[in-house]
Amino acid sequence: MQPPPIHSWHWLDASDLQAVIDALRGEGRRVIGPKVADGAVILGDLVSVAELPTGWLDEQDGGSYRLRQDPAAGSFDHVVGPHSLKNFLFPARETLVSFAREDGVWHEQAAAPPAAPLAVLGVRGCDLAALRIQDRVFLGNGFVDEAYRSRRERLFLVAVNCRRAVATCFCHSTGCGPAVEAGFDLALTEVDGRFACEVGSEEGARVLSEAGIVDAPLSTDEAETVRRVPHDLASRMHARQATDGVPRPRSLDTHGIRDLLMANPEHPRWDDVATRCLSCTNCTLVCPTCFCASVQEVTDLTGDHVDRERQWASCFSLDHSRMHGQPTRSTTSSRYRQWLTHKFAGWIDQFGTSGCTGCGRCITWCPVGIDVTEEIAAIRATDGVTVAREEASS
Amino acid sequence: MTMASPWPTASHIDPWQTHSTRIAAIADETEGVRSYRLRFDDAAVGDAFRFAAGQFNMLYVPGVGEAAISISSDPEDVGTLTHTVRAVGNVTDALARLTVGDQVFVRGPFGTPWPVDRVMDRDVVFVAGGLGLASQRSAILRAALPGTCRHATVLHGAKRPGELLYTGEYDAWRRAGVTVATIVDEGGPAWNGRCGLVTALLDDAIDDPARTTVLCCGPDPMMVGVAEKAIDMGVSIDAIFLSLERTMACAAAHCGLCQFGPLFVCRDGPVLRYDRIGLLMKVPRL
Ligand SMILES: Cc1cc2nc3c(=O)[nH]c(=O)nc-3n(C[C@H](O)[C@H](O)[C@H](O)COP(=O)(O)OP(=O)(O)OC[C@H]3O[C@@H](n4cnc5c(N)ncnc54)[C@H](O)[C@@H]3O)c2cc1C
Ligand code: SF4
Ligand code: SF4
Repeated sequence: MQPPPIHSWHWLDASDLQAVIDALRGEGRRVIGPKVADGAVILGDLVSVAELPTGWLDEQDGGSYRLRQDPAAGSFDHVVGPHSLKNFLFPARETLVSFAREDGVWHEQAAAPPAAPLAVLGVRGCDLAALRIQDRVFLGNGFVDEAYRSRRERLFLVAVNCRRAVATCFCHSTGCGPAVEAGFDLALTEVDGRFACEVGSEEGARVLSEAGIVDAPLSTDEAETVRRVPHDLASRMHARQATDGVPRPRSLDTHGIRDLLMANPEHPRWDDVATRCLSCTNCTLVCPTCFCASVQEVTDLTGDHVDRERQWASCFSLDHSRMHGQPTRSTTSSRYRQWLTHKFAGWIDQFGTSGCTGCGRCITWCPVGIDVTEEIAAIRATDGVTVAREEASS
Repeated sequence: MTMASPWPTASHIDPWQTHSTRIAAIADETEGVRSYRLRFDDAAVGDAFRFAAGQFNMLYVPGVGEAAISISSDPEDVGTLTHTVRAVGNVTDALARLTVGDQVFVRGPFGTPWPVDRVMDRDVVFVAGGLGLASQRSAILRAALPGTCRHATVLHGAKRPGELLYTGEYDAWRRAGVTVATIVDEGGPAWNGRCGLVTALLDDAIDDPARTTVLCCGPDPMMVGVAEKAIDMGVSIDAIFLSLERTMACAAAHCGLCQFGPLFVCRDGPVLRYDRIGLLMKVPRL
């Protein structure tokens, strides 16, 4: 069977989507997708389309996340949950290298064979943007993280065009969504209980034909209508209109944001937000681009085998900046400044891109609802105000 | 999306690649500070291992952990490396318990070098606070060679006379034409040298500020003091270089721990030109 051309569109129904999952699993991939667990839509191992959160909607706002059932909701009308691609490509704990001692001599152990390649279903525009950002961190900065690369190169992505946003979404401000433009193998747009599937790569075409799907192309008119779905959502987000009865999405003025934040290291807002921030680290853990990590020695009982384990670290913890036994960023104010200034300003110097995709996770999962868009707006509104140096160092 | 390697694949850019070395010699420097001469187990690896003065390695003691340590030996000394280490904690204490013949893993070299290859027509003033001199020794050895610079000066400050580093080498440096001056915080009865801050030594060391390059390593406040005084004396801000210290886990701009404003100290530093960092260094708790 001839694989379908790249950028061709095909109708899939639920059983076709199942055939795609089966084809991916059939070639030895671990398939990950959204499913409901513990009151949230998480990313987990997916065997059947029946596990998708069909009929579930999430309502998100500062510090709140609720799931509710809605018979009209499709399989992908929920948006992003606490997990992101980061959890799989840059896992929270991972052995980087192992050493073993034989006859008193230590040897670096050969790397473990790579785990099964991943396929992830239901990846949003903001998720693809986060992936591009992490690619720059782990592959494009002069040093290559081999563990990341091994997973990244073999990753198969089934993206989704959002047709609904929640109140914490602001991908329209960052230019990361809601439409998925590139960087996927297949992309789905849900319409009337079916999925319009765009082929994004040769690998995507191969998998579709493997799944036996080649002969349900969309008409030109249908493709036009489908393409409009995420763009209509974008227009509503730009107009800051309520979608689906949920509060209007947030927005962020990104104009000159690097210079704005770099110029305000002693703005009083840092102390203000510090009275609310618990330094709990949630925002950095759910953020799909945060990459900080520490390395721990994990020794077995004999002491003859050591795994060097990389673990996520957070700029909100005192250990993150500990030097000579003292944390450099000893106050919540200085730690919040580090998080926000790195994400929205320093990142641009480091990687030529903002570190924020507008996914809104940090707003939803902050226990006290601190909102990056609001903090930045507050600094912008009072650009240049400073606290006295004595106060700043108290 | 699945992708065919658009990024380089050479193994030398895998930052976790370690090399096994043995301690060939240990020299006691000052109390709690020892210099370790390391020889690569695999001579071919040792021959291929090249570094520039001012760069650092991650030294690894299996089961204990890693520490960033400057390379203190001459870059031309191929096959062995010298690291001068103060025992202050986990890894450095473990190193202090090792003896000749013991195994230490090395990965590196990392970071930016001192600009000693670009100072031919300039006076170079090294300013070191305490163990900061360890990061400068390899550059001092380069600067002592004829033709590297117009004149080299080493200004070294320490808390006490017993903490002055590499004192046994000053005569050799002086014979090579290097001016060496020392100063301590508290001298004690046996000390007949100068007492005070190392900044006090700058007055005599800089006589042609327009042609002077200042290379400084020490605690942050000391380095800011040196840089600001050098600027006041007429040294150009882009002729002042500081070597920063921040705790780091990877040395490859991946772990994020050593961030200093928008800079990764491991990759953009440790040696940084003062015009890039002067303002950042004055922000409290950055
Ligand atoms: C680029 C670079 C070059 C360097 N070059 C050198 C060099 O040439 N020589 C050298 O000796 N060092 C050098 N350092 C510093 C060196 O990396 C650190 O001293 C080293 O990492 C300490 O590691 P450790 O595991 O021994 O100490 P750690 O166990 O990490 O402890 C470090 C410090 O924290 C204190 N500490 C740790 N835990 C606590 C706690 N719970 N409460 C209070 N205090 C605590 C310790 O007393 C110590 O002062 C360099 C650093 C950098 C970044
Ligand atoms: S900073 Fe917040 S909104 Fe931006 S990518 Fe991270 S979690 Fe998402
Ligand atoms: S901003 Fe919110 S999520 Fe982030 S550390 Fe502070 S309290 Fe936790």
